[in-house]
Amino acid sequence: MSPDFLIALTMLTNFTLVATSRVNKAIQLAVFQGILMGLIPLAMGLGKHTHILLLALVAIAVKGGFIPYLFRRALRQVKIRREVDPYVGYTVSLMLCAAGTGLSLVLAHALPLKAGTTPTFLVPAALATLFTGFLLLVSRRTALTQVVGYLVLENGIYLFGLLLVEEMPVLVETGILLDLFVGVFVMGIVINHIHMTFDSTDTGFLAELKD
Amino acid sequence: MALLLILLPLLAAAVAVFIKVPALRVRVLPVTALVHLGLLLVVLRGWRELPLNAWLGLDALGGWVLLVISVLFTICALYAPSYLALRPDRDHRVFTVCLLAFLGLASLLCLARHPGVAWVALETMTLTTAPLIYFNHNRHSVEATWKYLVLGSVGIALALLGTLFVAYAAHMGNLEEPLHYTRLMAEGERLSRPWLRAGFVLTLVGYGTKMGLAPLHSWKPDAYGETPGIVGALLAGGVTSCAFLALLRIYGVVAAAGEGAFARELFLGFGILSMAWALVFMVGQLDFKRLLAYSSVEHMGILVFGIGIGGLAARFALFHLAANALVKSVLFLSAGNIHRSYASKQLPQVTGAIRRTPVSAGLFFLGFLAITGLPPFAPFISEFNIASAALTLGHPLAGTLFLLLLGGIFLTMSDTVMQVVFGVPSPQRVRTPYKDTFATTAPLVVAMVLALGLGLHLPAPLRAMLEAASQTVDGGPPATSAKVAEAPRGLALMEVRP
Repeated sequence: MSPDFLIALTMLTNFTLVATSRVNKAIQLAVFQGILMGLIPLAMGLGKHTHILLLALVAIAVKGGFIPYLFRRALRQVKIRREVDPYVGYTVSLMLCAAGTGLSLVLAHALPLKAGTTPTFLVPAALATLFTGFLLLVSRRTALTQVVGYLVLENGIYLFGLLLVEEMPVLVETGILLDLFVGVFVMGIVINHIHMTFDSTDTGFLAELKD
Repeated sequence: MALLLILLPLLAAAVAVFIKVPALRVRVLPVTALVHLGLLLVVLRGWRELPLNAWLGLDALGGWVLLVISVLFTICALYAPSYLALRPDRDHRVFTVCLLAFLGLASLLCLARHPGVAWVALETMTLTTAPLIYFNHNRHSVEATWKYLVLGSVGIALALLGTLFVAYAAHMGNLEEPLHYTRLMAEGERLSRPWLRAGFVLTLVGYGTKMGLAPLHSWKPDAYGETPGIVGALLAGGVTSCAFLALLRIYGVVAAAGEGAFARELFLGFGILSMAWALVFMVGQLDFKRLLAYSSVEHMGILVFGIGIGGLAARFALFHLAANALVKSVLFLSAGNIHRSYASKQLPQVTGAIRRTPVSAGLFFLGFLAITGLPPFAPFISEFNIASAALTLGHPLAGTLFLLLLGGIFLTMSDTVMQVVFGVPSPQRVRTPYKDTFATTAPLVVAMVLALGLGLHLPAPLRAMLEAASQTVDGGPPATSAKVAEAPRGLALMEVRP
């Protein structure tokens, strides 16, 4: 499979993510995108370096295995099926996502790439995915969808990291893995505590503190 | 030797995990803090001899920030045993361990000579400080922790992307690892400008979120409002200073590459916006801990404003880092005492604190006078000099706005503070057993005296360090390397220096 095809799939996943109202489906899409993240470096032919192969395998194992497991556990506990009444509606989200993707293409155009970089789509895709994650984080109410947003945001950074991973493996891999760990940490522990205290993961309940 | 600064607190944290007696475990804090401070004073003598390609080491800038954090931590650690004795209902193990780990990670950040290492230190710091905010284990603290973690993680993720962009800028210029700050600054001309600019914007937003610059500060009032005063002091003077340092390092690279003017404009904008935003939310603020949080947003604004003016103002911004940390520790710890005494932190309940807790309330009032820029305390020196630098170095509009905002903040803050300290005692107040003791007030007096002393006289070694640090900030050559000093771009950036 060509890397460009996988990158295009990633960007399509972004659109589906912002348009879906079912929490379950959002999680499935995030897992799908996570597995794509593991496949892209392999399709780019970076698998010849053992450390990048390992990074890809970790990405697939954590994003496609461990995180869905945590999600399923959280879902069983809180029994939320739908994102009701998001701060920003689905149609508007979709339009914002499209605008963000367009903006990413413009921005990426202004950033010169080093000669010989093969998948030239990587930078706009990274920016667009980052933007989508950000959009999900600020526009959704339930803690679970917000965590999906964080994971998507992280995928954006991961995509950009692939540009540099051959030259600066330590910097990129430490960054990506630590970020991933934080994602799991935030999910596993905080959701548990919110659930214990509020019996729901609707962060709308988390709005007692304000001015 | 310098490595011990990182290892000692982490080791102490590991030891604290296994100490079963709470009274004994708490004592680890002041002991570690004092040893760390002593060790730092020894290591600091060598800030001029930092090897260029070291991965870890203290230069003037890192040394200055770590000195501030170590002094702040010592004050908090001396206060901690008496505070935790007031909270027998809570388990202190995680709290103590996280405090110690924070000190180790702050040391790692200040010693880091590589943007990746600095990022890792700050990311780990976010994780270790989250349980501190969760200390009270109630609905409000869950909410505050959730906001802190989500916003903090997003900020730090953006900072990672920014760091990768800067690395790509170096990659475009055929500059490969190891990308130490010194190397990035010395080879600044080779960095790709568009990537560097984009990277700076991302790190500014990312680390700015951790600092709590408006409009990315929304975690701050909640976190500071819901944690014990001691954590508030460490967040307001420690974590934010760390994020500021990480941002300054990237700014140094940007400035050395000749893009300083672009970065300074952004700093000015964020600075003014933060101060104005803080002012708006201070009006009619009934919760005095949240009031302090907005004051922290304001002072982060002052810091970046000073850097945005550059030259002399940058030096006083670094001085302000110390002034802010010291006075904030007085304010948060005394606010914590008043909170203990009234079992509330809201205005109608808490009035006339000067009668019930005379020492804490007096210190709270003095701290308020100091932080709003009354002479002769340290914040006055920095705020006055930043304003005068702004007015004389070609930013008359920004300088005027700065002064107006300072005046407005003094007026709005005094409204709440005066009622808390001198107001008529409310009839429905709750009686609590808390009384000011030597142990809960002496560390605050020390901090207040230090803030006063710093305002009257800056010792010569500190002055030299501050001067060298402000040169590093502006992308100038580090004092250590004579051969980098010959490079012309270092001088080109000194145009604003008087």
